Amino acid sequence: MLAYLLRRLGVAVLVALTVSLITFSMIYLSGDPAVALAGESATEEDIESIRRYYGYDRPILVQYLDWLGRALTGDFGQSHYLKAPVAEVIFERLPTTMLLGACALTFALVLSIPLGVLAAIRPNSLIDRLALTIAVIGQAMPSFWFALTMVLWFGITWRLLPITGSDSWANFVMPSIALGYYVTPAVMRLTRAGMLDVLATDYIRTARAKGLRPHTVLFKHALRNAIIPVVSLAAVQFGFMLGGSIVIETIFAINGLGYLAWESIQRADLPMMQAIVLVLSVFYILLTFLADMLNAWLDPRLRTA
Amino acid sequence: MRASGYAALGAATALACALAGPAQAGKANDTLVWSTDREVAVVDPYYNNTRELVIMGHLGWDALLFRNLETGEYEPLLATEWEWVDNMTMDITLREGVSFHDGTSFGPEDVAYTVNHVVAEDSGVLTIKNVNWMKSAEVTGDNTVRIHLNAPFPAALAYMAGAVFIVPEGHYDSAPVGADGKKDYAAVAPVGTGPYKAVDVKAGEYVHWEANPDYFAGGPKGSPAISKIHFRTLKEPNTQIAELLTGGIDWIWDVPKDQAERLEETGQITVANAKTMRISYMAFDVEGTSGTDVFTNPKVRQAVAHAINRESITRNLVGPASVVIHAACHPDQFGCTDDVPQWEYDPEKAKALLAEAGYPDGFEFDIYAYRQREFTEAVIGDLARVGIKAKLTFLQYRALRDLVWEGKAPINHMTWGSNSIPDISASTSHFFSGGRDDPAKDEEVIALLKEGDTTTDPAVRKEVYKKALSKISGELYWLPMFTYAKYYAFSQDLNFEPTSDEIPRFYAASWK
Repeated sequence: MLAYLLRRLGVAVLVALTVSLITFSMIYLSGDPAVALAGESATEEDIESIRRYYGYDRPILVQYLDWLGRALTGDFGQSHYLKAPVAEVIFERLPTTMLLGACALTFALVLSIPLGVLAAIRPNSLIDRLALTIAVIGQAMPSFWFALTMVLWFGITWRLLPITGSDSWANFVMPSIALGYYVTPAVMRLTRAGMLDVLATDYIRTARAKGLRPHTVLFKHALRNAIIPVVSLAAVQFGFMLGGSIVIETIFAINGLGYLAWESIQRADLPMMQAIVLVLSVFYILLTFLADMLNAWLDPRLRTA
Repeated sequence: MRASGYAALGAATALACALAGPAQAGKANDTLVWSTDREVAVVDPYYNNTRELVIMGHLGWDALLFRNLETGEYEPLLATEWEWVDNMTMDITLREGVSFHDGTSFGPEDVAYTVNHVVAEDSGVLTIKNVNWMKSAEVTGDNTVRIHLNAPFPAALAYMAGAVFIVPEGHYDSAPVGADGKKDYAAVAPVGTGPYKAVDVKAGEYVHWEANPDYFAGGPKGSPAISKIHFRTLKEPNTQIAELLTGGIDWIWDVPKDQAERLEETGQITVANAKTMRISYMAFDVEGTSGTDVFTNPKVRQAVAHAINRESITRNLVGPASVVIHAACHPDQFGCTDDVPQWEYDPEKAKALLAEAGYPDGFEFDIYAYRQREFTEAVIGDLARVGIKAKLTFLQYRALRDLVWEGKAPINHMTWGSNSIPDISASTSHFFSGGRDDPAKDEEVIALLKEGDTTTDPAVRKEVYKKALSKISGELYWLPMFTYAKYYAFSQDLNFEPTSDEIPRFYAASWK
């Protein structure tokens, strides 16, 4: 088991390094970072001066190895744009994004799992159609449009919620719903499909024949098995929310990690981008690992497999 | 979900609503909040070259001179008198009774320190062009300083008023040393003599300024009338508008034309359209290095120029303050003139020229752009009407500039802001002096611009610049397009006048 874990860890580190090398190379493929730092009205002299100052005149491999050497000692360097230690900026912004992701995922799960279960208990009923409608709307509606609609009604017209910032819980209500609603259809449909499969199995029929209460059959026996793929999906979606909440963070002016990543790409802030990619890779790896552990806990057969 | 679950969710939402804080902007709080889409991390005019820092540069710092936008004349600011000793040396007498935000007195040592720091080879100043015309500065008396130039530089006064801000002596000495062993000058806390002082900076989020109670009286900037000026980054234009409508912020710009018109219709917001120092131009691959030699033919360039309806683009897309330009410079810059060959909109003439050039059925090519896609799409539409099929490649600025430098763009549709310097040396001389941005490398133009850039006689400068501009427009190395205009939207409580150089003077704003 230990050997298996170490092997997985080794592969994970290699994946993270490969991703960071590719990111590093792609920044150069998308244009000269010195031009990005110098700004739009920069002259050749300005750009050359910046290239020398930041060491962009060195071979790319030397730059990458230099970064890697420092990163291995825990030094991610200084952001070229924000002029602050990269680690400091990332760990200042990470909690905001994690809080947003957690709120959004909670909203998605609280809405989608009960609806998925109800839809499976009464397939083709009114509640199933309602769940399907919610899923279709969630899948089809762009999150930015949904977010702006909420801003229009709850922010401007009724003035119930603040539009921007991350100072209070109120600031997270609209962004969490906008971000979470996008995830809802997939979770709901997966719960419904899983429940339908499980409810048709022999052991559920046996449980019912034994005279167990419907509540016990549904939640203790059926849902526990049906929810296994949902856990994996939720873990992946949480990872997506950490790195992919750019649009929502931009609309609601939440200074999180997704937004920071996007901005760092725009301005070719190499040290910042490299560190974010590494942090997000590690998160994905950790989340996948946690999802496996959770699944093993939910399904004893996985523990022995 | 159980009923109790819904109740909990409802309670949480109600609690969240209760926690929503009040807006901090507006007349009631005597706090002007302005917002743009850009993050400000460094509050220093030499180590941040964004437009936001150009604006803040005038808030927190003073230059030696002040340019009066109405008269175009230079007036005393930190300098009270200035005199050219020869065309490479200037003597300056300084204002007395001025102090920095940290309480120290302003004097000639500060001017000498600032100049000598920024011109040093390892200073790391981002827009080196703003300062590298100076060689050094020396203290010559209790209240006087002498600035030495590297070469005659007639635009010196423009740069001294718009780009050389004075910091206290020793200001950058405390800069921390980075892991690379270099001093990080951008990390030093901002200190200037300006009408506002920075009191709180959160990199990427906000910069808070407060009125400087000790700001000297009788200066051209006046005395600050608003207690606090806060800058806040809001990336999304719709969010900016939402906050403006709900009183969360007081001032925005770069509002799209349709949104500005709708905001004006609400009757709650003041909307203004003002010109900027930014120009739009199309540069041709006149040397045929991009893989097509079609634009080496002057008749084809003329056909393109006649095919594009620049008036329509300015009127319908850019805004009423935008004007069509015919020369490769901004009309407000010294030395710029529209008395050059002009290419009116005439699609029939364009078709005839194409036929003469051997392309009666038109041709296809790639057009490159990075800003305001809709402007370039309008150009593509006009070209299609005369049979020229242009395929748009829309890139990030840095990627496009690489391609331009490599000569790989048949036509690039670009813009240039001249760093708001009101002198042609910041635009035409940059593009046509033989550097990598020069599409033609025309020896005659290069010589004319060199003469204009190093001659101090204004009449001679105007004459040689006119010759250079006439050659550029006549040969169509560039098709100058139009000046940019910006829509501003701000609170109706605010007295604010947009200016033509794209530098909002918040220090001169007041509440109604």
